[in-house]
Amino acid sequence: MATIVDITEEKALKVKDFEFMYAGADAPSVKKLNMPIAKHSITALIGPSGCGKTTLLRSFNRMHDLYPGNKYSGEILFKERNILNPKEDLIKLRIQIGMIFQKPTAFPMSIFDNVAYGLRLQGLKNKTELQGRVEKALQDAAIWNEVKDRLKHDANGLSGGQQQRLCIARAVAVEPEILLFDEPTSALDPISTAGIEELIVELRERVSIIIVTHNMQQAARVSDYTGFMYLGELVELGRTEEIFVTPKERLTEEYITGKFG
Amino acid sequence: MTHTQKRIIINNIVMALSTLSAVIGISFLIWILSVLVINGIDALSMTIFANEGAPPGNEDGGLKHALIGQLILVTYATLFGVPLGVLAGTYLSEYGQKAKLAETIRDVSDIMMSAPSIVIGAFVYAIVVAPTGHFSGWAGSIALTIIMLPIVLRTTDDMLQLVPSTLREAAFALGAPKYKVITQVVYRGAKAGILTGILLAVARVAGETAPLLFTSFNDNFLNTDMSQPMASLTVTMYNYATSPYEDWQKLGWAAAFILSMFILTLNIIGRLFLLKRKGK
Repeated sequence: MATIVDITEEKALKVKDFEFMYAGADAPSVKKLNMPIAKHSITALIGPSGCGKTTLLRSFNRMHDLYPGNKYSGEILFKERNILNPKEDLIKLRIQIGMIFQKPTAFPMSIFDNVAYGLRLQGLKNKTELQGRVEKALQDAAIWNEVKDRLKHDANGLSGGQQQRLCIARAVAVEPEILLFDEPTSALDPISTAGIEELIVELRERVSIIIVTHNMQQAARVSDYTGFMYLGELVELGRTEEIFVTPKERLTEEYITGKFG
Repeated sequence: MTHTQKRIIINNIVMALSTLSAVIGISFLIWILSVLVINGIDALSMTIFANEGAPPGNEDGGLKHALIGQLILVTYATLFGVPLGVLAGTYLSEYGQKAKLAETIRDVSDIMMSAPSIVIGAFVYAIVVAPTGHFSGWAGSIALTIIMLPIVLRTTDDMLQLVPSTLREAAFALGAPKYKVITQVVYRGAKAGILTGILLAVARVAGETAPLLFTSFNDNFLNTDMSQPMASLTVTMYNYATSPYEDWQKLGWAAAFILSMFILTLNIIGRLFLLKRKGK
């Protein structure tokens, strides 16, 4: 059984006996997993490649539904409802639970249109309001000053770090409650990485954040809680400083001290 | 002889042979183009664009009927072929993916792409011309559409598949429904490639003669009624060039020149699109 610290805050998500199996696989990639996710805090998921952390992350916004044949079981409770319910409205769910990907995913359109994309999807047409929301999102993502004079330019002309911040702006523009980060800095240089990390910490005020990372220093720097996963199971979830200083499980200690991984 | 000497000699032989082959190939191309340009420009005049066909021996015969006929035939083929091809390609890449039906469609269109165009002409003759009892512009456009369809379909499919799946996921992650992901994000990402495919497909059918011989046939005068036989540059060129009359042969050269320039232009524009996409 996993060692799970008592979370005193309200919960953003509750994972109960969750299992996930990819189409055509003969064993589940995530096994009987139980895990609370604290609201307005940053939870990092760490673990060796193939441990199921990205698979778990992509279950929170049902990304796996894009590919046929994948199977979920158990429950993921968000606002007291099980989002794994087949009747769940995925469009609404994905507006409430946003996602940032490993590589920047700027759409082939202007910087403005990128950020306005989610807002327009929701039917926002009023030009003044649209401009206001786009500007606010770009400011929230700390990129406004760099792009304010070229909002009409193609977003693909931005640097990798800028594109990733643009994607964050696009995601926060629709005011989600939870943001999922899937190794958001693995394609970036150290300076851009520092910028993104700073931004993630600032965003905690407004959204609950779950971040998958291969970089243990990153988990230590940004997160409040850290979950260590191994072979599809959650080994330990605790306050970040405890996980990195006084882990309760031997496996966690071996991983963070670099004995395997 | 040392090993190194031997290697140098073989290297030189291979280089000489491949250079020679390239030069032979290019010489033929230059030969064809120069004969075409010399005879074509010589035959060009304003009357060619202003006048319709005339009986042999009549000095003021033109190609207006063939130019307009060709334009109508290709335009209708594009109007039918492009939406059908793009939508079918969208099905393959975005909906069918690796499903059996999708793979079968891919195989069939690959076969159709290399099918001799005269076979398609004969097919349309059997299903359109024979039942209606006469040649028509519609039959010609249908034949061209059938030739165009697999090209547009496969390019669309390939170009859409080049769009990274993370881009689609990012749009889904913002709560976009699938049709909006396709039309607003995926199409934009593949725009240049799909446009190039369309242009090359248009260029391909614009140069077809065999399928038109059986379908739209020909007309020596201007006709814009699609239910009647219709002139085209290619069939007109064939008729004029094989005729014994010198003035008709001259018009044949002019038709060949205009057609080649048109196809060359389409190809160049298509390549420019591709270059622009790669440059990004």
